[in-house]
Amino acid sequence: MADTKAPPVTPVPAPDGRAARAVLLRRARELALVPALLLLMVLGTVVNDSFLTERNLISILGASAALAMVVLAESLVLITGKFDLSLESVVGIAPAVGALLVLPSAQSGWGIEFPAPLALLAILLVGAAVGAFNGILVVKFKLNAFIVTLAMLIVLRGLLVGATKGKTLFGMPDSFYSLATTTFLSVPLSVWLAAIAFAVAGLLLRYHRVGRALYAIGGNADAARAAGIRVERVMLGVFVVAGVLASVGGIMQTGYVGAISANQGNNMIFTVFAAAVIGGISLDGGKGTMFGALTGVLLLGVVQNLLTLAQVPSFWIQAIYGGIILVALMIARVTTGRAQD
Amino acid sequence: MTTPLVQAEGIVKRYGPTVALADGRLTVLPGESHALVGRNGAGKSTLVNVLTGLQAPDEGTVHFDGRPAPPLADRDAWRRTVACVYQKPMVVPELTVAENLFVNRQPLHRGFISWRRLRSEAVALLDTWDVHVDPDARTAELKVEDRQMVEIARALSFGARFIVLDEPTAQLDNREIERLFSRMRALQDSGVTFLFISHHLQEVYEVCQTVTVLRDARWITTAPVAELPRAALVEAMAGESAAGHGPARATAASADAPVVLDVHGLTSAPFQEVDLTVRRGEAVGLAGTSGSGKIELAETLAGLHRPTAGSAQLDGRRLPFGDVRAALEAGVGWVPRDRHEQGLVSGMTIGDNTTMSVLDRLGRYGFVGTERRRGVAAELIERLDIHTEGPEQPVSDLSGGNAQKVVMARALASDPRLLVLINPTAGVDVKSKESLLARMDSAREDGTAVLVVSDELDDLRHCDRVLVLFHGRVVAEHPAGWRDHELIASIEGVDHG
Repeated sequence: MADTKAPPVTPVPAPDGRAARAVLLRRARELALVPALLLLMVLGTVVNDSFLTERNLISILGASAALAMVVLAESLVLITGKFDLSLESVVGIAPAVGALLVLPSAQSGWGIEFPAPLALLAILLVGAAVGAFNGILVVKFKLNAFIVTLAMLIVLRGLLVGATKGKTLFGMPDSFYSLATTTFLSVPLSVWLAAIAFAVAGLLLRYHRVGRALYAIGGNADAARAAGIRVERVMLGVFVVAGVLASVGGIMQTGYVGAISANQGNNMIFTVFAAAVIGGISLDGGKGTMFGALTGVLLLGVVQNLLTLAQVPSFWIQAIYGGIILVALMIARVTTGRAQD
Repeated sequence: MTTPLVQAEGIVKRYGPTVALADGRLTVLPGESHALVGRNGAGKSTLVNVLTGLQAPDEGTVHFDGRPAPPLADRDAWRRTVACVYQKPMVVPELTVAENLFVNRQPLHRGFISWRRLRSEAVALLDTWDVHVDPDARTAELKVEDRQMVEIARALSFGARFIVLDEPTAQLDNREIERLFSRMRALQDSGVTFLFISHHLQEVYEVCQTVTVLRDARWITTAPVAELPRAALVEAMAGESAAGHGPARATAASADAPVVLDVHGLTSAPFQEVDLTVRRGEAVGLAGTSGSGKIELAETLAGLHRPTAGSAQLDGRRLPFGDVRAALEAGVGWVPRDRHEQGLVSGMTIGDNTTMSVLDRLGRYGFVGTERRRGVAAELIERLDIHTEGPEQPVSDLSGGNAQKVVMARALASDPRLLVLINPTAGVDVKSKESLLARMDSAREDGTAVLVVSDELDDLRHCDRVLVLFHGRVVAEHPAGWRDHELIASIEGVDHG
């Protein structure tokens, strides 16, 4: 009775056609960004001859792969109803730790000179460890996720700058770059990996009970607990998985750039949130799909690419990019017809 | 003849293809307490939204004191006319009572808020209406009844003399309800008119002079309560001869049935040394006031809390505590106390909500077979008679009774050996209540042991026996066939020390 927004609708047994249409309508919302994406592609083709070439399209994908991994990680955390801002620092520090482990002291490494496979494993472990640390603070000690991960963002960035003395790390073994340099069917491995990650995550979210648990927790944690979902355990797991995914994004970024600067991943979190929200992931938790998040990433990737092709002066590119994100949010609000809360 | 304070005629309101109100009528005379009753989905909310100016009717007119209702945008005029106290608090929990009373109209001194005057005006306002609440208290810390009185006082301070109370007793225990009613009567004497919405017909007879019944989005009747016996009122609401308010139909479980639940010396902060047994096919009721510990006891058995001492055995095996999942696996199904807070994930579909606890049974390695889930959900929808378009419909579309059936469906989905029901029929209409209790009975026939915690005598009447908790201890046991006043006396602690 108290709910004034959603009027109680007398449940009339609806004809099957209407029910089917309602389902279709819900599905259609997931595809809300596709028209915008297509429109941008058409625009790009008209404006620039080199846009719709195989090489350019692959380069868009290659440039978006790292972002895609972090958006995937953030989306999982957001669906569970939490925040993780520190992911952008994980993108920097995780591969940097791996690099420091393999590099000799002469190249500003720690001189341990780990074998490359072990170092790559260490990168994932760093991601998992940061995720676990965030998760314990947020889930067990019930600290506010926003502030905890904001603090971690600063701490990790500081650790990275401290450990490298602000220098850029390069000269790592080839395996550090192979995700971006090796291609399969002329598409970089990183793109394949990101695609597989999205497909697996999408599948798990829809068809696995752990996936459904994320939505239940984000939608109503008390109800999820009452239904027998181990809320704390699942949340902790999500933070760890997000950390690992972000560290994979870090490896991709390293391969794409060819080195690790102390700034790797810096300010990336804003783009990550923009892509997730444009893609229909709710900041309040419990809502959004992997397909939506992916279209959000691609939309931003295409925009970035178009701006570069159009040779917008680099001093202005940020302002324009930010403006376009705002416009995209407004379009997403109109086409999905729902509040982005 | 006096001018009616509120006169609504021929109100029609549609939401898309759904007609929420086809023929809403209401005439409230000044100074009376007027009850508005009807099953969930009968159109009460819509009528209230129209009367409080939240929505404009598609057709029909509303007059206040003979004058047409103000335009929708003129919020100030509406505030001076009518106010609604919803079940959901409409106060800012972190602010003090005094500040809540004057939000956005704080008394100023040279353009800045004068906290001293704000406090003194709040004290004056609370005194005027005889509301005994500390103006400096944080509003979040108020008891529900005090919060309701603060909201009423705020409405009165705007000049409104017509107050809509939307199920004000839903979260109160009997003593609190009595206090609310005596305050209502006092306010009525000083000229306030109430529109009282409740599912508890008893309360209608207790506090109202006139009643209006809505059914299927239409006005059915308006009559003085004195001239409308209970059976006739139920018939007007249900549209058929009164079902359900008949005698107890507890089918006594045979006394030699094996014990399913055996609780021994269970102790926690809210309850002490509770012993109880429930046999196969038996329904045991737990009654008590809201502070008696009955809900905490049931939640402990469902795995939500960990007791400090004592043990419970389910079919001879130790029942794990403090872990809902483990309790579920041990064979406990339960309906949590509040469907909005703990029962449902409102953004998810009916299918998701009904099968949430049993997903691991619907496929291998945790993967959920879509077809199987739809099948299970459809079967549960059928079994519980949930009125819906299908498993894909969001649960937030459902009316209260149907939503509660979804919670019940989830509890039954795991084929539990022990069913723990906490307030299973709270805030649902007469017909849904019947159907929910019928489901409970058929679960018993299949051999499930049932523990029912409820404030509703109708629920407890379905039990073989009712245990009464008072300050955390079991103080009485009533076998089926008890009389209302006996049970209420022991709930309220009147018949024992």
